[in-house]
Amino acid sequence: MIFAIPLAWLQLIRERIRLLVAIAGIAFAVVLMLMQFGFRDALFKAAVRFHESLNTDIVLISPQSTALIAMKSFPRRRLFQAAGFDGVESISPLYLSFGLWRNPINKSTRQLMVIGVDPMAMALQVSDTPGWQNALKLSDHVLFDAQSRAEFGPIPELYRTGEPVTTEVSGRRIQVAGLFTMGANFGADGNLLTSDLNFLRMFPDRNPGLIDVGLVRVKPGVDAKALAKRIGATLGNDVLVMTRNDFAEFERSYWEKSTSIGFIFSLGALMGFIVGSVIVYQILYTDVTDHLAEYATLKAMGYRDIFFYGVVMQESLILSCLGFLPGFVVSFALYTVIANATSLPVWMTLERATLVFTLTVTMCTLAGAIAMRRVQAADPADIF
Amino acid sequence: MEPVISIQGLNHYFGHGHLRKQVLFDLSAHIDAGEIVIMTGPSGSGKTTLLTLIGALRSAQEGSLRVLGQELRHSTTEQQIQIRRQTGYIFQGHNLLHALTARQNVQMAMDLQPHVSAKQAKKRVDEMLCAVGLQDHLDYYPHQLSGGQKQRVAIARALVAHPKIVLADEPTAALDKKSGRDVVEIMRNLAREQGCTILIVTHDNRILDVADRLIHMEDGRLSETTLSV
Repeated sequence: MIFAIPLAWLQLIRERIRLLVAIAGIAFAVVLMLMQFGFRDALFKAAVRFHESLNTDIVLISPQSTALIAMKSFPRRRLFQAAGFDGVESISPLYLSFGLWRNPINKSTRQLMVIGVDPMAMALQVSDTPGWQNALKLSDHVLFDAQSRAEFGPIPELYRTGEPVTTEVSGRRIQVAGLFTMGANFGADGNLLTSDLNFLRMFPDRNPGLIDVGLVRVKPGVDAKALAKRIGATLGNDVLVMTRNDFAEFERSYWEKSTSIGFIFSLGALMGFIVGSVIVYQILYTDVTDHLAEYATLKAMGYRDIFFYGVVMQESLILSCLGFLPGFVVSFALYTVIANATSLPVWMTLERATLVFTLTVTMCTLAGAIAMRRVQAADPADIF
Repeated sequence: MEPVISIQGLNHYFGHGHLRKQVLFDLSAHIDAGEIVIMTGPSGSGKTTLLTLIGALRSAQEGSLRVLGQELRHSTTEQQIQIRRQTGYIFQGHNLLHALTARQNVQMAMDLQPHVSAKQAKKRVDEMLCAVGLQDHLDYYPHQLSGGQKQRVAIARALVAHPKIVLADEPTAALDKKSGRDVVEIMRNLAREQGCTILIVTHDNRILDVADRLIHMEDGRLSETTLSV
């Protein structure tokens, strides 16, 4: 017969204002945690969007390269050497650099990443502009990343009007020959895709014999990982050979481990956790304090301490569920706003929602466990 | 038959060390089953302290205090809880749970009776509230009830589980003459029906006539008064 009356629930809804404050506080903590984790995941996801759009199996880079924003070039002949291995179907070089883009509307300049590929090698998966390979064969023609930040100008809109869009990159006049989709990341606000020849026109200082990424496609049925290992062992120490997925992981681990970004966002999430815990603790502590006389009465009637611990625990679990829902909804909306405003791939995942819900329950349980000690202050001898 | 409450040479102290102060001195008394006993005495004489000792809300220190056959000196927490569950308490303030209706407040006492079915418990709660005259206020919250009505809910809560002992501390203090009288009458009638023992602490001379016996406490010492009604 114990717990026949849902005392925890009845006590919570008795104090409407306090309940709303508690829910708002928990929702705030939930939003904070979801945002921080969301940003962190978006950063990692954005950082490897380039890698994932590469149409290749094996990648060659310089051992001195640490990330896409800090690539060191290496001799192109290493790539030609790789072409000689059994199982290799084709090779193609890829040049990377950062150029200054002039906004054609307000003439301001901003840095974006320029990717130079052999247009006939199908090095990148581009679906937005059919026949883009031929378009890039023309001199000083480029594809503009439609998901670049708005500061570069309304290029996609201008392009779709059909008028030729011309502007400057690093002082050289170029024409937009089409669009592709990659998206901004924390290192580059926008991307430009062009042919290797146009790339070298844009950056006359660059030596054609030094490339940034070597792309190697293997024949069907060949184990890319084993082949990459074999190539790496033969080519020596001045080049790193890895599969495309390892290349993406290489980039990811740079941002996660070699920069403070992963740590900062985790710390931000921890802040949310602590703020939430303190709020829930305050609410539960006040709640227990307000009910001390009533609890003392119940103790006098023969209720055990465990009953009150149960009430506090139930209250904290109810609070965590009630607070998570609005926090989840608000975060969902904020993700959409942020994704639109920043071109970062921020969206809700089941994994993250589960993680934050677990953290919320932990947070409330922890706060409840501390507030429980207050129950011992209810002394049945004081009630008369 | 053993008395329901049996006190022998009971001393009680508050504080420790230099501040230790004796509040109860060598008390001895017996209360038999079914008796209604009223304890009177000035404020600060130790009446409430004795009540909390009998109710197992405080640990006995010296002497012997047997309630329902259980020695309360050196008793375990579990033994104390068992005594508490067989005791009904009526407080000066009503001490109802604000978040619960009259019915739920009384139900809280029934929830401690594991051998009573939920259906049976509900029936007894409603019957008890009818018996104290609150049949029209079953689902009212405490703040919707008058002082007298709240005290009746408290009495219903104290008696619904058919306790063997009822301890009441100034049950009429916050009530006017009429409601005070009603409350005591209800307590007496219900106690008679259930055959329980009642110990009331009061200053209220208007209700002394319900008692079978009066005892008087002064400066921590007990004396028996002959009933003059």
